[in-house]
Amino acid sequence: METHNPLASHSIATPLDDGSELSQGTESCAPRDRIPNIQDYGIIGDCRTAALVSCDGSIDWLCWPRFDKPSIFAALLDLEKGGNWRIAPKGPHARSRKYVYESNVLQTTFQSDSGSVVVTDLMPVGSESYKSPLLLPDHEILRRVECVAGEVEMEVLFAPRACYGLRVGKLQQVRKLGLRMEVGRGVYWLRSSLPLTLDGGDAFARISMRFGDTVRFSLTYAEESPAVLPPLDDAVVMKRIEHSVQWWRRWAGHAKYDGSFRDEVVRSALTLKLLSYAPSGAIIAAPTTSLPERIGGSWNWDYRYCWLRDASLTIRALLGLGYREEADDFLDWMLQATRLTQPELRILYDVYGNLAPKERTLDWLSGYRGSRPVRLGNGARYQVQLDVYGEVIDAATQYAFRRRRLDRDMQKVLIGFGNYVADHWSLPDEGIWEPRSGRRHHTHSRLLCWVAMDRLISLYRTDFLKGAPVENYARTRDLIQREIQERGWNPQLQSYVNVLDGDELDSSLLLLSWYGFEKADSPRMKSTYRAILEHLGTTNGLLYRYHSDPLEGTFAICSFWEAEYLGLGGGSLAQAHALFRRLMAYRNDLGLYAEEIEPRTGDALGNFPQAFTHIGLISAALSIRERETGEQQLSHRPEQAGEEPTVAEEVTA
Amino acid sequence: MNWPSWLFSAFVATLALSTMLSLSQGLGLTRMNLPYLLGAAFTADREKAKFYGFFIHLLNGWVFSIFYVLIFQARHSVSWWFGALIGLFHALFVLTVGMSLMPGMHPRMASEQQGPTASRQLEPPGFMALNYGYRTPLSVFLAHAAFGAILGSLYQLK
Repeated sequence: METHNPLASHSIATPLDDGSELSQGTESCAPRDRIPNIQDYGIIGDCRTAALVSCDGSIDWLCWPRFDKPSIFAALLDLEKGGNWRIAPKGPHARSRKYVYESNVLQTTFQSDSGSVVVTDLMPVGSESYKSPLLLPDHEILRRVECVAGEVEMEVLFAPRACYGLRVGKLQQVRKLGLRMEVGRGVYWLRSSLPLTLDGGDAFARISMRFGDTVRFSLTYAEESPAVLPPLDDAVVMKRIEHSVQWWRRWAGHAKYDGSFRDEVVRSALTLKLLSYAPSGAIIAAPTTSLPERIGGSWNWDYRYCWLRDASLTIRALLGLGYREEADDFLDWMLQATRLTQPELRILYDVYGNLAPKERTLDWLSGYRGSRPVRLGNGARYQVQLDVYGEVIDAATQYAFRRRRLDRDMQKVLIGFGNYVADHWSLPDEGIWEPRSGRRHHTHSRLLCWVAMDRLISLYRTDFLKGAPVENYARTRDLIQREIQERGWNPQLQSYVNVLDGDELDSSLLLLSWYGFEKADSPRMKSTYRAILEHLGTTNGLLYRYHSDPLEGTFAICSFWEAEYLGLGGGSLAQAHALFRRLMAYRNDLGLYAEEIEPRTGDALGNFPQAFTHIGLISAALSIRERETGEQQLSHRPEQAGEEPTVAEEVTA
Repeated sequence: MNWPSWLFSAFVATLALSTMLSLSQGLGLTRMNLPYLLGAAFTADREKAKFYGFFIHLLNGWVFSIFYVLIFQARHSVSWWFGALIGLFHALFVLTVGMSLMPGMHPRMASEQQGPTASRQLEPPGFMALNYGYRTPLSVFLAHAAFGAILGSLYQLK
């Protein structure tokens, strides 16, 4: 058991004298009359919900009690109406921040001419065995401020706005218990070791801190009374911070990756863990809604749900890093969540497997830097995306090959999906990118239908699947294969294309080799790769997912697909390493990625942080490492290692 | 006093009271979880507290119902409406006297005067238990009226 105390040797009071393992950044925030850049945010969370903390000490996004519930702070989407909780020095200062070791405990250091202050932000976490005998709040944000040098005048502003800024709550001072605000079914308690002054719906304070002074805050939310109101003695708060750091470090320490990009991979794994919903095992796409894909534009979507599209890559990342428990939970969630609609699948669900809410707009919010509308729910919920069947089946196949089991219920469900694909694969669909312009025959969707058939045959051949109509699957797989090779290939472009008989490119075609349809070093794949670079690449080495008008940002995961394609044999190891390193330049100072990257400025675009991007990073790093060590790559299709059996052989088998 | 009738009617009435309070919580009328509130006096473990609290509440129901039954016996009459009336007075007593005494009696409850400490961290109910939701008094009155009405309906005078 880990006994090292990270805060003892790496004092919270001296955050800048750490080792190189800690990511740091320096002052880059815009002033508070403008919402910070997306990449200027950090994330804290407790595997139930998450908050976004700006580099100027403001919590600008928080939804309690879970990711997709209404916000209490939403300054991210409207600086005036959204509400926030800011702790920062008065006057000019420099800023830097980092996560404490391999944890999700965030530290921001403010340095002014007269001194420095460290703000530590976290949502406390712990194992069930640690939590159950203790009185602990269900939901809590803990903030500790310590003056580590000189003297600094600090300002605190607590401005909660319930229901996405719609309601200014009534704050009540309840003697020594703290400030109380009742909203709907829940109650918020803000406890502070510093007296706060009430002003309408806000509370504020100004304090001059000297070296060694500390101030502590605890914001809790409860839907059940009596709520737990934690004491704020500094020793107690420090102990709780230490415990959370230890818990995250222990979790991060289980990552089985010893390649060149360990820090980046572990940070991505930690981010992925933050985006998981522990009670059900679901993993959401991002904790935010309506961060724009183009500043000032209308492509603003709610990503606080779970997309089945991410299933295969997610399982690959979790199992590849050795997080078996999380992989078990995720697969269980996936098969349970989809139970009501099986054998049909929706493309996204909420954390408990319910259909994501109907899309609506919040017209009272001005949106991130004027990017309107702000949307809740997701209109893609009724879209048809045939690729999700292949994703789910591929995820289950990887799981079966790694965990050596697939129970009878799972087998039945998978056969149901397989039969559905065998009957519907030739239909048009909306495709992986969910455009709202109608259905087409997407090559990527056909690829995933091929994957569905191919993996079920593999499972059958390896005795993980019983009673599957494998002859039908084999016939269907052959038909799909022929169609992709004949109609998904454009001889003029010498490339696979986005839709059958089409003439446009799509970065998702790089996945043809990831799923084992084409070998990465085959002439067709190499030629497709060249065409994608030529048509969708930028001068600084990023990739658009497809041509759009007007242009959106480059899509971060596509660049990781490119790095993985090179790692799988599409290029040399040196090329894969070089690209991977180049992509590292686009993460923020804490190691976080959004969905997209603005190619000219390198700014983050879209919801943040984005699970899909971090999953892509992990998968690429794993494939590169597997190639370095000569391990078999991509365990979802073990027969790739040997000679590909013919369909006839498979049927006979 | 008809002991078997008291045991049976108090048991049914207390179950109804617990159900109504849980229902009120589920419907968002109150945040108060009475089993947790009572059980937390004996353990900090939330799940165990709810389990213990359920049985403590059942015992409480039996104890308090003795007063109802004694009043029925003293008046030589019993009816659902008179039981409900006693229930309303009972609720008023619980909300005013009972809740105000709670921080002093409950070993894990913080007080507004002292604030939370390492051993006392639970939110006190406040006047009329309003800290647990502004409609908490309504649900407590309704549940206790139902408790009294059921006692009044089921109890057989001796």
